[in-house]
Amino acid sequence: MEATYCHWCGTALAEHSDRQCRRELDPPRFCPQCGRRLRVKVHTAGFEAECKNHGLQFTADQSID
Amino acid sequence: MADVPVMFRSTTPERPRLSSAEAREAIQNAARALLDEKRQLTLAELDALADVPDASVPALAALAHEVRLEWCGDTVEVEGILSAKTGGCPEDCHFCSQSAKFESPVQATPFLDTADVLAAAQETKALGATEFCIVLAIRGPDERTMDRICELVPLIEKEVGINVAVSAGIITEEQAKRFAEVGVHRYNHNLETAESFFDQVVTTHSWAERFETCQLVRAHNMELCCGVLLGMGETYEQRIELIGQLRAVEPAEVPVNFLNPRPGTPFASRPLIEPLEAIRWIAMFRLGLPSVILRYAGGREVTLRELQALGLTAGINALIVGNYLTTLGRSPDEDLQMLQDLQMPIGALSKVL
Repeated sequence: MEATYCHWCGTALAEHSDRQCRRELDPPRFCPQCGRRLRVKVHTAGFEAECKNHGLQFTADQSID
Repeated sequence: MADVPVMFRSTTPERPRLSSAEAREAIQNAARALLDEKRQLTLAELDALADVPDASVPALAALAHEVRLEWCGDTVEVEGILSAKTGGCPEDCHFCSQSAKFESPVQATPFLDTADVLAAAQETKALGATEFCIVLAIRGPDERTMDRICELVPLIEKEVGINVAVSAGIITEEQAKRFAEVGVHRYNHNLETAESFFDQVVTTHSWAERFETCQLVRAHNMELCCGVLLGMGETYEQRIELIGQLRAVEPAEVPVNFLNPRPGTPFASRPLIEPLEAIRWIAMFRLGLPSVILRYAGGREVTLRELQALGLTAGINALIVGNYLTTLGRSPDEDLQMLQDLQMPIGALSKVL
């Protein structure tokens, strides 16, 4: 599904496309589909970021822009 | 990374620097005390060292490294940490993205399942770590939380075979006793900053409450892990004051965090500490606390950038490997390679008393 919201800051992508909000060494925090805050489980060697409505969105194994 | 927001740095020294001759003399005097007389520096002696010019910071770091080798040996202790209950904290620590008092992008999550905690401990051990710390974003544990922690600690020790540390906020005498009984190896409770600066950082509990919890940990024969967070706006004098206050609680371990300003928190726009300034204060904490396990903790990647190896030759003898509580660390392989290149063996440490 196409992303509607910035997964770094939760802003609607229509208003925001340059990703200046990205912070080094932060996992994604928002669901790209609904903009809701993700539950991020951070552990020593990885993380999983899950949306209550849309399920698992990101893990440490994928490359995230 | 091209798309990282600009992070401001603090640049102006707040006190006049010593001349290079004065710095040399101050460093030589400290070497005599710590290496020949094998005694701690007084706080006045420490204060004199804090103002060496930037050009003398490598000399200060070299002394701190020699002191670390002499007092603690060359072993580096590796630890992994896990936020087992994230966000929604009722406290207002102004640096923290897990406080419910601020608008933070960190979503609160309840206590993780036992299987998740065990998997995290396994993963930590597989990286060569000897310590695994379960951290909870709470003021202090309620009965249900106590039961969960007290069930997890012996289980992790048995199933994974790693020392288990706990960080669960302010505790009572009875809770300290229970933690000791179930085998908590180290209890983490940070002073964070000097007593004289604390009310600028936290208003929902007092510095004295933190100090009391630290004392309870020691009174129940658990090792105390008592960390600091530098770069919140405290002065040089307050950092020296903090070293004196740490001496009073006798920690086995002192994690050194550098402020990584978090969006939504009151400290979101505070500047980062300059890399060389961070090395100066790592060295100062080693010179002030010669026998403690001085651990690299949060903020080191963004603060020190390419100078991370330098911290390990400036007094650091432990590190948190991999990710932190809500933020990510650099890859564990990079840290393990760094230790191998520095020819520092990995192992468990205890404070030399």
